[in-house]
Amino acid sequence: MSKPLILKIAYALLMARWKQTLVAAIGVTFSITMFITLLSFMTGLNKLLDGLVINRTPHVRLFNEIRPDSIQPVQKAAEYQSYYHIIHSVKSGNSRQEIYNSGAIMQRITQDPRVLGIAPKITSQVFFNEGNLEITGVVYGVDVEAESRLFFFTDYVVKGQASDLKNVANSIILGKGLADKLLADIGDVVQLTTSSGEQFRLKVVGHFQSGLQELDKTQSFASLTTVQKIMGKPNSYVTDIQVKLNDINQAPKMAKEFNKVFEIDAEDIQTANSQFETGTSVRNIISYAVGITLLVVAGFGIYNILNMMIYEKMDSIAILKATGFSGKDVNRIFIMIALGIGIFGGLTGLLMGYLLSSLIDQIPFNTAALPTVTTYPINYNPVYYFIGSAFSLITTYLAGYFPAKKASRVDPVVIIRGK
Amino acid sequence: MNSVILEAKHIYKQFYDPVKFDVLKDINFQVKAGEFVSVIGKSGCGKSTLLYILSTMDTDYQGELYVDEQKMTGLKEKELAAVRNEKIGFVFQFHYLLNEFTVLENILLPARKLAKKPEAALKDRAHFLLKTLDISKLAEKNPRQLSGGEKQRVAIARAMINEPAIIMGDEPTGNLDKRNSEIVFSTFQQLAQEFNQSLLIVTHDPEFAERTNRIIEMEDGRIIRQ
Repeated sequence: MSKPLILKIAYALLMARWKQTLVAAIGVTFSITMFITLLSFMTGLNKLLDGLVINRTPHVRLFNEIRPDSIQPVQKAAEYQSYYHIIHSVKSGNSRQEIYNSGAIMQRITQDPRVLGIAPKITSQVFFNEGNLEITGVVYGVDVEAESRLFFFTDYVVKGQASDLKNVANSIILGKGLADKLLADIGDVVQLTTSSGEQFRLKVVGHFQSGLQELDKTQSFASLTTVQKIMGKPNSYVTDIQVKLNDINQAPKMAKEFNKVFEIDAEDIQTANSQFETGTSVRNIISYAVGITLLVVAGFGIYNILNMMIYEKMDSIAILKATGFSGKDVNRIFIMIALGIGIFGGLTGLLMGYLLSSLIDQIPFNTAALPTVTTYPINYNPVYYFIGSAFSLITTYLAGYFPAKKASRVDPVVIIRGK
Repeated sequence: MNSVILEAKHIYKQFYDPVKFDVLKDINFQVKAGEFVSVIGKSGCGKSTLLYILSTMDTDYQGELYVDEQKMTGLKEKELAAVRNEKIGFVFQFHYLLNEFTVLENILLPARKLAKKPEAALKDRAHFLLKTLDISKLAEKNPRQLSGGEKQRVAIARAMINEPAIIMGDEPTGNLDKRNSEIVFSTFQQLAQEFNQSLLIVTHDPEFAERTNRIIEMEDGRIIRQ
């Protein structure tokens, strides 16, 4: 069985009806182009939107939740073991937000090979004083270097230098919305009152814009030591440990593990932001559905053209069979024709898809909410190109399958005697 | 020289549409190497039906068929295709050349399928046949540009390419005028004489039949003279 001969015959038949072939191939090209562009653009947007939250969210967050003890004293008492306990008016017992023994915990986590890095954080509620106004806000004490490395802090500092937080004593970076309210530009000094009533004056060294406006109206950042100082706490005081992992999917498992080992509350990103993942997968499903629908339509086009070709080429099929080509050979010829259309249309489609998505990538896209983005986001993930080519081959193969089967069953006697 | 190329033993065939009807009844005959045989008979006597059974393309019959002393009855479609490719050459009433290929490529098609010899040897053989049939100048032409007689000669060259044990023809001159019929007939004769080629030709032209070595005459599904 000589493959090149089958290929040659398939090619000749293809070229004999090159106009129809071209139309069929254009159908495939169009659908693959749209498939690639749609997915690249959709997932680009998804990534951007998810990035808004996920870039800034630790994979695992360790903290102390204020809540009632899950084991109340009465449950420990041996004599009431077999009783049903009804306790009224349970109060939260643990009033400290501080993470106990934070230094040791951080050291231990840093050594874990699954961990990319950690960033300690302090959350403190304050009032910003503007004349006689008091504006509630939050000051996060952060380790600027760790924060920049793990959570892209610098990307979101739209004005001023993130590093100044460390280099300038008693400095603060204000959320954009908050800065607007306080009319505080770089170099200005803002006054704030802590929850314990003490007043501090901090120098503004930058503006921060997360893209989530509500947050930008309340949050601000200072260095760990600054926040420890205004809260009057020792320099081991940390309320959150943010852990970034090498593999985000490990987060739920590791959160459980940390929770057990350190006896601390641990929250993984999947639990904290489940709605984002849902949105992402729904958008992906829509893109895939549209792309595949287009391909199926193109597949029907190929099916039609092959069917027509078989009726036209009945004589050729008959003589091929009479001169010693088996049904399988004829079957292969038509499968080759279908795949030929698929490969040609598919490759062109991949190229066009790439070109179209890079064109979209050039379109300016400026929005106040997204300071780091200047053009429409495109995700050039090779996986989509791979899926696109696989789908184009599969659909064209299926489209060719039935016509090819029909062709292989052509009875040469019927055709030749029918003349 | 007298080996049996084609043998039919007790071949029966029925058509069921619209009612059961015996087309072929107890057909027995042999074709020996180098024989030029013609099958004649009135239209509807079953001679074409017989030819397609002998050609292995029609497998719906009772009895036994041997080509080159190999039993054909009961072989699979793929095996039969291989036998047709190697042992049988066909010339039909209509030429059945593929317009997508040149004359030379049309002739080479069965040989490339067989793929037993290198490409160069196949081309030599094809050119030799073209020359023998006096159509060398047509090699690179498209079948569309050929006259009826030329097309039929190309079809004969295609039938000859694999040096088949037997060439079968179904009214090969049926579509041709007198002059072209003559050319095709003399081509067959030439093959029989020069290459000792066995030929089995179905025809309704008595003049054609008279000039062959042997005539098999059929009537109502039976051989009445051979």
